[in-house]
Amino acid sequence: MTSTPVLRADGLVRSFGGRRAVDGVSFTLGAGECLALFGPNGAGKTTLLRLVAGLLAPGQGSVHVNGVSLKAGAEARAQVGLVSHASMLYGALTALENVELSARLHGLPKPSEAARSALALMGVDDRADTLARTLSRGLQQRVSIARAMVHAPRLLLCDEPYTGLDVAGSAALTEVLSERREAGAALLLVTHNITEGLALATQAAIMRRGRFVRHETRELLDPGSYHSEYRELAGLP
Amino acid sequence: MKELRISKAPGTLAASWIIARKDLAIEFRTRTAFLSALVFALLGVTIFYFAWDATAVAAADLAPGVLWVIFTFAGLLGLQRSFGSELADRAIDGLLGAPISRESIYLGKALANLVFVSGILAVTIPAVVLFYNLPLGAGIGALAGIAALAAVGLVAVGTLFSAMAVNTRMAELLLPMLSLPFFVPIVMAAAQSSARLMAGRPIAEAWPWLRILVAFDIVFVTACTLAFPYTLDE
Amino acid sequence: MTSETDPHPLPAPRPDFLLGAALLAVAGLYVRALMFTPIEARQGAAQKILYVHATSAIVGLYIAFGLMAIASILYLWLKDEKLDRVAESSAEVGLCYMTVVLGTGPLWGKTIWGAWWTWDARLTSTLFLWFIIVAYLLLRGAVEEPGRRARYAAVLGILASLLVPFIHLSVYLFRTLHPMPIVLKPSAPSMPAEMQRTFFFGLLAFILLFAALLRARYRMATLRDLAAHREQEHG
Repeated sequence: MTSTPVLRADGLVRSFGGRRAVDGVSFTLGAGECLALFGPNGAGKTTLLRLVAGLLAPGQGSVHVNGVSLKAGAEARAQVGLVSHASMLYGALTALENVELSARLHGLPKPSEAARSALALMGVDDRADTLARTLSRGLQQRVSIARAMVHAPRLLLCDEPYTGLDVAGSAALTEVLSERREAGAALLLVTHNITEGLALATQAAIMRRGRFVRHETRELLDPGSYHSEYRELAGLP
Repeated sequence: MKELRISKAPGTLAASWIIARKDLAIEFRTRTAFLSALVFALLGVTIFYFAWDATAVAAADLAPGVLWVIFTFAGLLGLQRSFGSELADRAIDGLLGAPISRESIYLGKALANLVFVSGILAVTIPAVVLFYNLPLGAGIGALAGIAALAAVGLVAVGTLFSAMAVNTRMAELLLPMLSLPFFVPIVMAAAQSSARLMAGRPIAEAWPWLRILVAFDIVFVTACTLAFPYTLDE
Repeated sequence: MTSETDPHPLPAPRPDFLLGAALLAVAGLYVRALMFTPIEARQGAAQKILYVHATSAIVGLYIAFGLMAIASILYLWLKDEKLDRVAESSAEVGLCYMTVVLGTGPLWGKTIWGAWWTWDARLTSTLFLWFIIVAYLLLRGAVEEPGRRARYAAVLGILASLLVPFIHLSVYLFRTLHPMPIVLKPSAPSMPAEMQRTFFFGLLAFILLFAALLRARYRMATLRDLAAHREQEHG
């Protein structure tokens, strides 16, 4: 039985001015899969993520989430959750209000309850009524993750989500991400930390100058040599 | 959160309402922008009074002009802050990634701005009535109606331009520069029609101006809603 | 830089014949207007400023602004940056023409009836449109990213063209309800044939000049964008 992949990216190209930030990227993610995406700064990872999230329109190519093209309209974004290194929070609103907003925008029937349980999963429910701007960077990141997951998205896009998290926060994040994967969600994880990335990955890719220079399933790669191979492919010294 | 829920995303109007409430919640928590704009409006209204020779021109004749000019500048103060909170931590990405239409973002913010501007008018108009000794009568009801029409036009154009201005280096200067030419028909129509109605003239005299206001509102609410998606980096 | 065949060779500088022809035409207009066209009875020689004032108004308000508006709509539809350059060039050249209108208006007014500015409907509309074009050019200057700049400018261009009828209507309504000094209509119909011919000759000369300036400005914009592209690719 072939089921529709959660995410299908076909021939994505996106330019800014004369420069191709994403230059022909295609891949597929099925339920429960996680693609760890590595690459040096400027490789186009963030742009690719934004294309898949529906924040940017591709110059060429298409993105299908659960078989629905993102071009089809707003509904296609319903199953996507995005975590980036910016917190995407409103500083003047409380942690709870921020997550509640996301719940409402996704049409959840009981936004407050969903928001509280999302915060609890990330271990920040005791700060529910604190203004977002008074939270530390790490706690803001946790709230941001709760915001991205409150609607139980089938596709989770994470851009350096571990940035700023302490040990407890990282553990909470890894647990939440694994649990999401087990529930059938697909993950696209952009990270500089190869160890963390490989821990969750079922696929791994290295991006450079807008292209996947290497892309394989987790079983085929050897974590031991991957680090040095990555440095070589990424053009790092 | 264990199972994967499929829920029905809000339609454009519902989403606009959610976003408007969010903006108003932020505004009322801090209140700084509202109070600043309000103080500006009240001060402006009083300062204008001393700029004329009160014996040569009756205060009641000055009032409409003063009211609508001050209204545009106070409105601009409010519009300035419209998109600031969205860029600070890329909160707008949360709105753009949600399954809501782009237009609902514009409509929600415009609605919040409308409430803001109406709040200012709700205090400024009575202040003008007080300081300029306007006769209380049917004219005041008409004034409220004109204020509503003018506010809609102001907010429609101002919200769109603040979405653009916020992405530039000189946002505070650019927003007035872009908006004021568009406010000209609003101010003219509002001032001329309210002057006539408050002087007790028959409504037929104010009608041509009111028609301009209504037409302006219809044209620009539509045009700005359609144009808004083009101001987003997509 | 390695030597490679340049995909975009710069055109060799050539004299701008179109511009030359246009300038000759404008010079011709001056000669014709001053030497060979009868002097208007009521206003005297000062009336001849009309041949510059009214013709510039037509080119600046209708042709330049209209072209900018059309190019803006087409840009949002087709996303071709050439259209953006046309809009930009048209706005700038149009601004020059509008400035001429705003400069000659008071000169004419002061000479004829002693007032620098009379809030004449057309002049006032031109003034507001002048402000709008200035705002348009300032907006372009304030946005650095080229794609965004073109989009923003196009949006403003379209909204501005929607605003124009409202400005005209409001100013016209204002004037009809407020008695104001009678302005001698600066338009063609009531003119004798000789003057009409000069007027149309003037119009053609200024249109030619507009086309020449537009083309020159467009070329400048193309070169500038080319330079920016190269910088991005190699920088």
